[in-house]
Amino acid sequence: MTAVLVLAALALIAGLMLVALAHKLPARSEPLVDAINAELPQTQCAQCGYPGCKPYAQAIVRGDVGIDQCPPGGERTRVRLAQLTGQTGRESVTAAPIEPAPMLAVIDEERCIGCALCLPACPVDAIVGAPQFMHTVIAAECTGCELCLAPCPVDCIALAPRDPKTEIAA
Amino acid sequence: MTDLALILIATALINNVILVQFLGLCPFLGVSRQLGAAFGMALATGFVLILASTLGFLIEHALLLPFELTHLRTLAFILVIAATVQATEIVMARTSPLMYNALGIYLPLITTNCAVLGVALLTIRASDRLTEALIYGVGTSIGFGLVLCVFAAMREYLDDLAIPESWRGSPIALVTAALMSLGFLGFAGLDRSFGQ
Repeated sequence: MTAVLVLAALALIAGLMLVALAHKLPARSEPLVDAINAELPQTQCAQCGYPGCKPYAQAIVRGDVGIDQCPPGGERTRVRLAQLTGQTGRESVTAAPIEPAPMLAVIDEERCIGCALCLPACPVDAIVGAPQFMHTVIAAECTGCELCLAPCPVDCIALAPRDPKTEIAA
Repeated sequence: MTDLALILIATALINNVILVQFLGLCPFLGVSRQLGAAFGMALATGFVLILASTLGFLIEHALLLPFELTHLRTLAFILVIAATVQATEIVMARTSPLMYNALGIYLPLITTNCAVLGVALLTIRASDRLTEALIYGVGTSIGFGLVLCVFAAMREYLDDLAIPESWRGSPIALVTAALMSLGFLGFAGLDRSFGQ
């Protein structure tokens, strides 16, 4: 009898203290999605297979996809996301990891007709140019997201692997 | 005072809860992939360990012994540990939600971490006074946190090495843990030199 009473009293005290604590400190909602979203490059390039950066952040939090699917973010974003999520970024849940082989958009300036259609397509404003003038790419800004390829009417933009030796550091 | 310092060294290093007594191996392998998460886990588990050993001592001497209920010790301790872990979880979800998400299932699993119940039970056997029980908990937490963080740092480093395919992940982690355990055997005898 004493056993039941003592343990019941113990459980009751513990339970009441927990209820009081939970009442005093309610958990905040979805802070992780916002934190991951803030780390993503916001290019909305959809190379991760999701419509944009925020949906990708939500998918990471749900556990649908690994943190290594963001080419524009590259290694730096992967490391930051690893710190936020506790994943190492080397084990992808679904897709094969997108290896950060940095690509760079290159405009064949002989063929460029200066139509300026590629300018609004670029999420990071890495293309310089004006209508009727030749365009070029700011190598330090380009994330290699391929979004400028489709709008070009003369197909003068190609992606080439970056060569660190010829590039000026950003 | 020397007694308390000895208890601290004995529990943190000589009888290290993970590497010598082999308690709490589940979080040791589960949450050691990343130093940040391991640090959070070390803090959370350390907090629970200290509370569990102190509260365990209080319950033993204030409730179980006077009412002659020592056969219900495990039940009572599990109850207190579960409540402590819940409290830690509530506080953590509020104060550091990122860590809360990173630890995931391992946070509520502290309840079933055998190190916590083990330390609460060992404290009863080893200490006569409340300060001793407290130091016992503190020493164990330091030992647990130290080993978990060092191991996580080593595993982060291992991630970047060219390890043969069949050794990657758990195998190399277990080999590393075994070598660390051998290293910690070197602390045996530290208490004797300290006592002189």
